Amino acid sequence: MKELERPDTAALRAKYPDAFERPAAARLATPAMIVAALAVFMFGLHDLGFEPAKFIAGLKQLGWITMMMIPPDPGTSLPLYLKALGETLSIALLGTTLAATLALPVSLLAARNIVPPNIIRFPVRRFLDSIRGVDTLIWALVWINVVGLGPFAGVLAIMVSDFGALGKLFSEAIEAADKKQVEGIRASGGSALHEIRFGLMPQVLPVIAGQVLYFIESNTRSASIIGIVGAGGIGLQLAEQIRVLEWQKVSFLVLMILVAVAAIDFISGKLRFAIIGRRAVT
Amino acid sequence: MTIAVSILPEQQLAALNAAYRQAVARKRLRLFAGAVLFIAALILAAIGAEVNLRTLFAYFGNFVSYFDRILTLDSGQRVWTDPGEWLWGWYKWLKLLGETLLISYVGTLIGAVCAFCLNFFAAENTSPAPWLRFTVRRLLEFARTVPGIVFALIFVMAFGLGPMAGVLAIAIHSTGALGKLFAEIVENADMKPVEGVRSTGASWLSCMRFAVLPQVSAGYVSYALLRFEINVRESSVMGFVGAGGIGQELVVAIRKFYYSDVSAILLMIVVTIFIIDITTGWLRARLFGKDARS
Repeated sequence: MKELERPDTAALRAKYPDAFERPAAARLATPAMIVAALAVFMFGLHDLGFEPAKFIAGLKQLGWITMMMIPPDPGTSLPLYLKALGETLSIALLGTTLAATLALPVSLLAARNIVPPNIIRFPVRRFLDSIRGVDTLIWALVWINVVGLGPFAGVLAIMVSDFGALGKLFSEAIEAADKKQVEGIRASGGSALHEIRFGLMPQVLPVIAGQVLYFIESNTRSASIIGIVGAGGIGLQLAEQIRVLEWQKVSFLVLMILVAVAAIDFISGKLRFAIIGRRAVT
Repeated sequence: MTIAVSILPEQQLAALNAAYRQAVARKRLRLFAGAVLFIAALILAAIGAEVNLRTLFAYFGNFVSYFDRILTLDSGQRVWTDPGEWLWGWYKWLKLLGETLLISYVGTLIGAVCAFCLNFFAAENTSPAPWLRFTVRRLLEFARTVPGIVFALIFVMAFGLGPMAGVLAIAIHSTGALGKLFAEIVENADMKPVEGVRSTGASWLSCMRFAVLPQVSAGYVSYALLRFEINVRESSVMGFVGAGGIGQELVVAIRKFYYSDVSAILLMIVVTIFIIDITTGWLRARLFGKDARS
């Protein structure tokens, strides 16, 4: 029996150090990152005033509040709350529709396959980005200054903040559209507007419809909170009841929001599938 | 060169046209009915939301002039002519912005850890018991459907004014959102490694640690970074209800009509959000390659 030659491990180790031992930098990277993350976390806890005693006292208080919330009870203001909920749903629907109507033409300007020159596209995109960077609640405050307290300010706030988000999503949908249809329209003598109307829109509209439905859904959530700053809807009632410590009414209002969101979720899910089929909505 | 295009005889053409019109008419009717329904809903909504176009037109000038006013200093000059005067409170605001970032960081981390602990129970393929999965799922659903700022309002009552309420509100909301996403990643994980580990007689905990975790940890970090981005936006308004951060300063400036302060604070918030978006985007691309889920 022939004995196998033993490999010279020392020489191999010298030749391929990485195969025997991961380099120190690679081994230390993950623990170092974890330590750094923890250090920032501890600093944050300290800086934000987390104290065990305060935390425990707060938890006790929270437990007490939760006990006070049971059972949920609207008292005598159920009609008022239902009206507020209707207001919230109206705000979501109107705000999203207006936003989509405004965003569609602007998104054409931000799409690479419609407007090739960077010099127009870039400012439009940055403009949309900065609108998106400002939260809906901030827009609500601004609009309250302009049209006064009430649900109308909420509609306008949702409209502006969604204008930014939808403009970006629409332009991405347009950029993802197939070029061949557009070329076909051009080949048969269509103008630039014809290309958009007959080449692009049939491809893009179902995607856009899906996105708008999805936004109506998520705006039901946003619309339920913009009342906190005074822009109408159920959030106004909720903030008021929290401030006067009517916890049973608070839990009832929260339940109402949850049920409404679930219902809108269900309906728009059905509609979405009816419009675009069982494709994923992104 | 001209080409003769053959045209069908009249009767044949008429029949085809009629069939086409009929097919299109049905589609148009459906579209029309849908549009009518939609417009009816819109009108109902407009009445419900007390939309008053006259107010809008009367005050739309205010909206435009509002931006004119917030871009004007007390001295009547444009803000960018005197950045020192415009950003006079930059030190205070930067500190508050730092607090905002810390709130979202600490909140996201607590939320991610909670979501990490819960998600294995919520995923279909790893949950030890159906009743546990059901409970955890409903819990996560509740945490993500109730808006973060509602939690903040309640926590301000319980824990007192200050950033602590904001952190906890963001933590709870992130637990709900991340828990669902994490569970979805786990559901997409390959189960063969789990079988392998299981066959050596390992406990449920070791199965998760050695078979599932190595597959899913990259996705976890990616989603947590994305959540951090969202939470920075959200914590910038936590101050509206007294839960810490820059929001407090902003709401005071807006309510008291300190016009140039409003634009200065908004500018700082937007720039911070841009920087955070770009940094986390870069970090995600670096950690997980170009095709990481976004």
